[in-house]
Amino acid sequence: MEHFNMALVNWSRAQFALTALYHWLFVPLTLGTSFILAIMETIYVKTGKDIWKRITKFWMTLFGINFAIGVATGIILEFEFGTNWSNYSWFVGDIFGAPLAIEGIMAFFMESTFFAVMFFGWNKVSKGFHLTSTWLVAIGSNLSALWILVANAWMQNPVGMHFNPETARNEMVDFWAILFSPTAVNKFLHTISSAYVLSAIFVIGVSAWFLLKKRNLVLAKRSIVVAATFGLITSIFMVLTGDESARQVYNVQPMKFASMEGLYYGENNAPLVAIGFFDRTPSPTNPNSKEWAAKFEIPNMLSYMATLNPHAFIPGIHDLVHGNEAHNIISYYDRIKMGKLAINALKEFQLAKKAANDSTAKTALKTFETNYKYFGYGYYDNPHDLIPNVPLTFYSFHTMVGLGFWFVLLFILSLIFALKDKLLQKRWLLYLALWTIPLAWLASEAGWMVAEFGRQPWVVQDYMPTLSAVSNIDHTSVMITFFLFAVVFTVLLIAEIKIMLKQINQLKDGGHK
Amino acid sequence: MTELIKKIFYFYYDGFKSMTVGKRLWIIVLIKLFIIFAVFRLFFFHDFLKSNFKTDKERSNYVIEQLIKPSTNHK
Repeated sequence: MEHFNMALVNWSRAQFALTALYHWLFVPLTLGTSFILAIMETIYVKTGKDIWKRITKFWMTLFGINFAIGVATGIILEFEFGTNWSNYSWFVGDIFGAPLAIEGIMAFFMESTFFAVMFFGWNKVSKGFHLTSTWLVAIGSNLSALWILVANAWMQNPVGMHFNPETARNEMVDFWAILFSPTAVNKFLHTISSAYVLSAIFVIGVSAWFLLKKRNLVLAKRSIVVAATFGLITSIFMVLTGDESARQVYNVQPMKFASMEGLYYGENNAPLVAIGFFDRTPSPTNPNSKEWAAKFEIPNMLSYMATLNPHAFIPGIHDLVHGNEAHNIISYYDRIKMGKLAINALKEFQLAKKAANDSTAKTALKTFETNYKYFGYGYYDNPHDLIPNVPLTFYSFHTMVGLGFWFVLLFILSLIFALKDKLLQKRWLLYLALWTIPLAWLASEAGWMVAEFGRQPWVVQDYMPTLSAVSNIDHTSVMITFFLFAVVFTVLLIAEIKIMLKQINQLKDGGHK
Repeated sequence: MTELIKKIFYFYYDGFKSMTVGKRLWIIVLIKLFIIFAVFRLFFFHDFLKSNFKTDKERSNYVIEQLIKPSTNHK
């Protein structure tokens, strides 16, 4: 590990994290609001009432602002793959490239055609065609997200590929295994449902502001009914897919799972830490404290969540590092040895090929293939370097889950009081709804952090660690672009918020009381 | 055919012209796209393997060299 330029690795990671975090500020609102718009417009077409057209057009304006500001921010991530992560880009081959290419083509055609009809087509095309375009925008945007998430899921759970030792590339051997891997399916469903929840909270929060200001009352109340219903249904779906995701993580990324729960020592009947705070960290270089300052546990819940058996053994970080024969867990020490064997075998294979020594190449290839599944471990000497930042993963996970349950409650309360037409009297709820808007983004980003920080040090689980994925470039250039991105994205974010606030603020009463 | 192209052109032209959100949004979008594609792409984000190696064979060899290097060091 000491042979890697860690400054370069850390700056490249920081830059990618910054870009992805900012990009993800815009994406979920697009994914969810597109469906809310489609539902609102469907009501308009069904009822023929102008108020629903006005409601749809208002939210469409906010949707358009978010889309315009956010569009192409994801392209920067692709630039970074080629510049900062060239070893990774080469190593993953067409597995990552194919889904991204499909996403690019799909996004381009959907956006240039149906987006245009949706925004410019009012009164120019029939109501039915306009509505179809709005639904196609929603479906297309979400399908677009599918391909990105499939690519990400493959990094967390690499399946359907074969590594070619002559080209150093993973080749796709089973497209369907990649597309329908349980990790990909769950990641897609959980991510999009969380985006729907975020968007529903945005609509409820903005509508709550109108109600607090006693403006646009009909628009606000009806928007809340639609958003709370949509939010309630999708939040239940989000909880269910989150539950299934936890099982997936347990099966394919047990270290991430143990970190999400701060579980150092495995046990049967493992309790779930519902709320917990770690004690002081042992040293500035080691953020992982094994001691709790305080915690509240639910007995047997972690065993049940991971395996559907409340008495099952759940391995902790210690079990994974040191191994556990009774539970058939290979230690990280052994994995490191096998990883080094794989790396050396790859080297021997290359040398034998150059020397046209077929028998040595064949033997080396066999050793390589036997040990390839631990390839990435070979870059390490100390197994403790293979443990992610536990407090960061734990707090991100618990923030996401805790807020997720609050969102379900908010949707229930909003819907009940909206249907009873008592929202105006419940000012506390309106304030809570308004202040939940930033919390929705916090939960969404926290979810992303669980997925990405929790899987460290892997860029491709077990095969390629982050440190061997970077390009051999000067880290100062990465530093410079990091700060450039920080400035550009912050300006964009401020611009979006300002333009949106202006639009919200200048919406005049439509006369429907 | 020409009629159809004309129709599509005016559909977009009228749409952009009658947008109510304002010019500021469009200015931001255009500046953003300029920064991303003309500044970042041209000056900061060259494809490392494409710009340093001519063929896929050279790229493969380079990446393999990178992948097996640490193992030698750890021996």
